[in-house]
Amino acid sequence: MADKKTPVLETKHLGIDFGGLTAVDEFNIEVEHGEIKGLIGPNGAGKTTIFNLLTKVYKPSRGMILLDGTDTQGMTPEKVNRAGIARTFQNIRLFDKLTVEENVKIGLHNHINYSSIEGVLRLPRYWSEEKKAHEKALELLDIFEMSDMAGDVAGSLPYGAQRRLEIVRALATEPKLLLLDEPAAGMNPSETEELMNNIRKIRDEFGIAIMLIEHDMKLVMGICENIVVVNFGKIIAKGTPAEIQSNDDVIEAYLGKRKG
Amino acid sequence: MKKLDKNAKTAFLNYGLVAVFFVAVEIMMATGVMTNSFKGQLIPIISYVIMALALNLVVGISGELSLGHAGFMSVGAFTGVIVASSLQDSIGASPLRLLIAILAGALTAAIAGIVIGIPVLRLGGDYLAIVTLAFGEIIKNVMNCMYVGVDSKGLHMSLMDANSLGMEPTGRMILNGPMGATGIKKISGFIAGIILLLIVLVIIQNLVGSRTGRAIKAIRDNRIAAEASGLNVTKYRLIAFVTSAAIAGSAGVLYALNYSTVAPKKFDFNTSILVLVFVVLGGIGNMTGAMIAAAVLTVLPEMLRQFQDYRMLVYAIVLIVVMIATNNEKVKALFAKKEKGEAKANG
Repeated sequence: MADKKTPVLETKHLGIDFGGLTAVDEFNIEVEHGEIKGLIGPNGAGKTTIFNLLTKVYKPSRGMILLDGTDTQGMTPEKVNRAGIARTFQNIRLFDKLTVEENVKIGLHNHINYSSIEGVLRLPRYWSEEKKAHEKALELLDIFEMSDMAGDVAGSLPYGAQRRLEIVRALATEPKLLLLDEPAAGMNPSETEELMNNIRKIRDEFGIAIMLIEHDMKLVMGICENIVVVNFGKIIAKGTPAEIQSNDDVIEAYLGKRKG
Repeated sequence: MKKLDKNAKTAFLNYGLVAVFFVAVEIMMATGVMTNSFKGQLIPIISYVIMALALNLVVGISGELSLGHAGFMSVGAFTGVIVASSLQDSIGASPLRLLIAILAGALTAAIAGIVIGIPVLRLGGDYLAIVTLAFGEIIKNVMNCMYVGVDSKGLHMSLMDANSLGMEPTGRMILNGPMGATGIKKISGFIAGIILLLIVLVIIQNLVGSRTGRAIKAIRDNRIAAEASGLNVTKYRLIAFVTSAAIAGSAGVLYALNYSTVAPKKFDFNTSILVLVFVVLGGIGNMTGAMIAAAVLTVLPEMLRQFQDYRMLVYAIVLIVVMIATNNEKVKALFAKKEKGEAKANG
């Protein structure tokens, strides 16, 4: 790992235009190692677009993204993942026809070391590596107490379990930074409560930084150490949950201007 | 581990199926109940079963559409014929000659697969269907004007006509334009076919059950998520496609070396669609189904010879019926229930 002082993620003047529309502009943030950061804002503010920029689903029109001090310019989504950013999606994207365990094993894919030839010939390394991957997958699923679902087809899981599986799959790629896009969407209050504890647990056990987009303010205020608020593609406030709650710009963005 | 067992079970079911077919044919031959027309169908059946397995790797596992797999069969077939014919005098043992011909056919078909795959598989969408469709037609037309002959100086090739080969009078034609390969020595055999089929089954099933196959299926299910999970999407789509092309090439060699003449028009668009029909009828992604469909639909036209005119019509109707049936919620629910019931009974 690089020098502890280097932030795990740093963006400089990051922005993207779609035709004439500037979706994100002058987006400057730093995420420290082991930090839980919240990214909030009204609908259509550009939050998911920012995640898509960070993971190179979209190519930035300008600015820089530094991952652990290294410029990610020119990287594909695949390379960004290998470099250490994993993510979940707002609209769940699982491998529907694969089992829960296989979904996690895709996350582990780049840490399973045998070639296609070894796989076809079923050489010893195939068996030992697959066994290791099986154990590791169950271990990861245990974080969310999902190891008893390992053999189920992912597409058949209930909604909440699908969201959790996406997180496990992202974790399996061994990221330095985990991006969660609305992890609590569609969960009931007790599930959200449990998710909060699990997000903290993941940070503590894996020592990774987590950045999350979420509309559930109880969750955001409860676990994020720092929050960034965006509106119309621009940062309107940064700070601790307490500072954000009393920020006039933020209140205005969410509720509109106070009359009189 | 329960899931692993299920995969292994289907794999062994498929090996068993081939073994049963082999034993049944051997018994029929020994007891003399084998008709001549069925005997002549054995190699084509095996070739088409292998073709169905190859295409299923692309259509079922990788989730792409190929409309020109007969093109790979053609590339393999004519390479195999050229190799086998030119080695006729130097290698006496025909099994060895067949082996070399099959390897050469698989190799050239794989190269054709790479040439098509590298540019096309970088793109998303259904471009592969369009390009493979064109490839099949191009190969057919190239083979139609390909003249190859062999004499004491070695191989001669021309795209003009037989005379421009400039061969010695003692030379022998191998490929003769639209007439195709003539005077082939039949060296394919039933046992060789069964061995090739088993090897193909091992390759496909082990590939699908490995880390590589898992990645191919993940890309089929959700390309964006696969990229975000660090998978090299183009690489895995290419592995599936090229493996499939190579296997199709080997099927072509087996097929061609079973006849004394093979014309390029044998491997046309209709053949590509025929193989696609095997895959769709057998259930996309279902290897057992594809094998059975290929075998049955190869034998059936021969048995229904007097209704030959209606064959394509019946295919169309069957395809439509199957598509409607497999997309019917009620039918799906019925199968889901059955599977659940089985899982419960097992667990």
